[in-house]
Amino acid sequence: MRPLDEAETTVVFEKLLKFTGNNLKNIVESPAHEGPDPNPGRYCFRLQKNRVYYVSEALVKRATNISRKNLVAMGTCVGRFTHGGKFHLTVQCLGLLAANAKHKVWLKPTSEMSFLYGNHVLKGGLGRITDGIQPGDGVVVFSMSDVPLGFGNAAKSTQDCRKLDPNGIVVHHQSDIGEYLRMEDDL
Amino acid sequence: MALGSLSKKKGSKSSKGPPKKKQKGDLFTEKRPEKADLSDDSDVSNEEVEELENFDEDSGSELLSGDVDPLADDFLQGSDDEGTNFAESVSLLPSLLFENSGSDSAAGSDGSDSDSEVSDIERKSRALDERRAREEKDAEDELQTNIAEESDEFWLPTEEELEAEANRPPDLQNLQRRIQEIVRVLSNFKDLRQEGAKRKDYIEQLKMDLSSYYGYNDFLIGVLIEMFPVNELLELINAFEKPRPICLRTNTLKARRRDLAEVLLKRGVNLDPLSKWSKVGLVVYDSQVPIGATPEYMAGLYMLQSANSFLPVMALAPQEKERIVDMAAAPGGKTTYVAALMKNTGIIYANEMKEPRLKSLTANLNRMGVTNTIVCNYDGRELPKVLGLNSVDRVLLDAPCSGTGVISKDESVKTSKSLEDIEKSAQLQKQLILNAIDMVDANSKSGGYIVYSTCSMMIAENEAVVDYALKKRNVKVVPCGLDFGRPGYTRFREYRFHPSLDKTRRFYPHVHNMDGFFVAKLKKVSNSLPTAAAAEKDVESVEEAPLSSVEDAVEGSVRPSKEDSNKKNNPGRIKREHQNGNGAPKPAADKRRERKFPFRKEVPRRTEEKRQALRGTKRKGEGSK
Repeated sequence: MRPLDEAETTVVFEKLLKFTGNNLKNIVESPAHEGPDPNPGRYCFRLQKNRVYYVSEALVKRATNISRKNLVAMGTCVGRFTHGGKFHLTVQCLGLLAANAKHKVWLKPTSEMSFLYGNHVLKGGLGRITDGIQPGDGVVVFSMSDVPLGFGNAAKSTQDCRKLDPNGIVVHHQSDIGEYLRMEDDL
Repeated sequence: MALGSLSKKKGSKSSKGPPKKKQKGDLFTEKRPEKADLSDDSDVSNEEVEELENFDEDSGSELLSGDVDPLADDFLQGSDDEGTNFAESVSLLPSLLFENSGSDSAAGSDGSDSDSEVSDIERKSRALDERRAREEKDAEDELQTNIAEESDEFWLPTEEELEAEANRPPDLQNLQRRIQEIVRVLSNFKDLRQEGAKRKDYIEQLKMDLSSYYGYNDFLIGVLIEMFPVNELLELINAFEKPRPICLRTNTLKARRRDLAEVLLKRGVNLDPLSKWSKVGLVVYDSQVPIGATPEYMAGLYMLQSANSFLPVMALAPQEKERIVDMAAAPGGKTTYVAALMKNTGIIYANEMKEPRLKSLTANLNRMGVTNTIVCNYDGRELPKVLGLNSVDRVLLDAPCSGTGVISKDESVKTSKSLEDIEKSAQLQKQLILNAIDMVDANSKSGGYIVYSTCSMMIAENEAVVDYALKKRNVKVVPCGLDFGRPGYTRFREYRFHPSLDKTRRFYPHVHNMDGFFVAKLKKVSNSLPTAAAAEKDVESVEEAPLSSVEDAVEGSVRPSKEDSNKKNNPGRIKREHQNGNGAPKPAADKRRERKFPFRKEVPRRTEEKRQALRGTKRKGEGSK
């Protein structure tokens, strides 16, 4: 386990920025209630086996005496670095993103399952959409009952979505909670 | 009835016989449907066959074999045609011959109608006389028995019968009936037993029948028979055949039970709150959608978990901001429950030894939104070295076990477990529980508890392990807060455990409708170890010899790190382990055990003496300084 170096930190924060925008400071600076200390600490990012974890400092302190070979996970996993050095966000950070998301999309009940199987969001399945989405923005996908389902990239801006035909792609799928069942081994 | 008509038809010879026969006959027809099926003739033939079989019972030959009837039928059909009582007896005589495989009576005749008349008539009259004599004797016997006639019916099968059965494919109906009969006999053994049969014979036969009917191996059935009275045993075994209901636990970090229930009901799941002892459990009766694949499941609103897995966490009762260790955490149901109870404060170390199971553990933790957990991959026995001694507030040890309580989930346990498996598990569990105790800080403000649980029903894996821990460390058993279970055993056959073990709890499928489970909650009283001398002197409950070597091994591994604390302890030598003040009965118990097994202690005593001598010289050396 080691802290992220400069390059890695920028990459990670860039990705997160796409989803959260200004709320990024919420993520970095929120008080951390984990740990047995009575005072809340802060959160930090750590790298372990090519995976980036978002953990509170109290946990990090206490995880230092676990050897590198045997430490498996801490706190919440945010994403992983691929062999080629690229960083991908994984579904486990959904809770974090959903709480701080700037752009949201709500799906109709009929198209929930389709998204959970890994398909893109089509115009016909769109229930609600927040304003001000630009193409390429990170979008968090919710169900109509405000349950976060996953996240993806916006394909069109909000205005363009209105003009789309029902089979047009609105959000490119990146990750969804169905992966807990489909790809448990790869997470 | 038919017999009455027969006597009218044929002019009954013996007045006493038919009424008595009729009673018996009725009973027999009720209880022997198979014989009724086989004979397509009238009930007459049935009753006559059964009378004969009654005679045969007297001589102790087989009762239940099926190949008697076809032969008997032929002859009795012949008898009907002839229409006289004599004819009756003639036909009965050859039937006697064929049924009574062991007896020598009527050896010569062959029963067809074509033999010479004179010898036939002689034989007929002899047979008739014999028969009448037997009937009279039988009637007298019957008069003497004062209980329902059903009691005479069940006889243990003989050797030949058993061999014959072993050669044929198992007759399930037969087995089932025999099992029921033996249970009935054993429940009122004094009155219903067969003469000359000991209780042990009945139990042996029951064991064999149960293992072939339900598919258990001998070891497991033997253990179960020892633990439960026979009626309960049947209930237990039947309960093992059926699966327990699926339960789920609401994730209180993300949802409330009421809301979740509403959402699931809308999806078409038929569910109910689990019981009054749980505020987060729901039991699923049936469901139109796969319950493990709903969007709510994937969002982490609930966890599929069997009801018995709630219990150790409820017993542990973790508080906020505590440090908790879960020594065998995968797949993470209990760990996530602990985190939910702690509201994501404090810190949980979730340890899992087997690598393939780590993925599901991390996935579940992330799915349920748990943020206060560190997952590590150690052997549970190494954890104290990594995390430090006396460093955490509570430990949950859901030990790997033989799994004899979850037979309804995994049928292979019925046949695959043997005494060695149980012993190996017990050995591992003993080491793990000692390590668990070592990690806990006795002086922690809010904690100091260890919860030990298994999904097994074996005494060797449950009470014996807790008893071992009581001897080796300064801990005591405290009530776990689960009052609806059955108290654990404090004594069982030749084992004697510490009396506080009745605060542990056992759960059974046929009583509580959850898988077999055992929970014990221990409180660590002090961080120091009890002195070695006291530990060795307290004889362990009767266990096989390998165990003493295990304890030496455990002592050896733990001892090097404990040398300091031991040296401090030596001045305060007499340290009673059982803090409940059971000093007085203990020496007596020791003496009792010592008398039984003096040689068993030789090896540990010798090593202990050596150690004492070594320590003595050390101390002397220090003293002289």
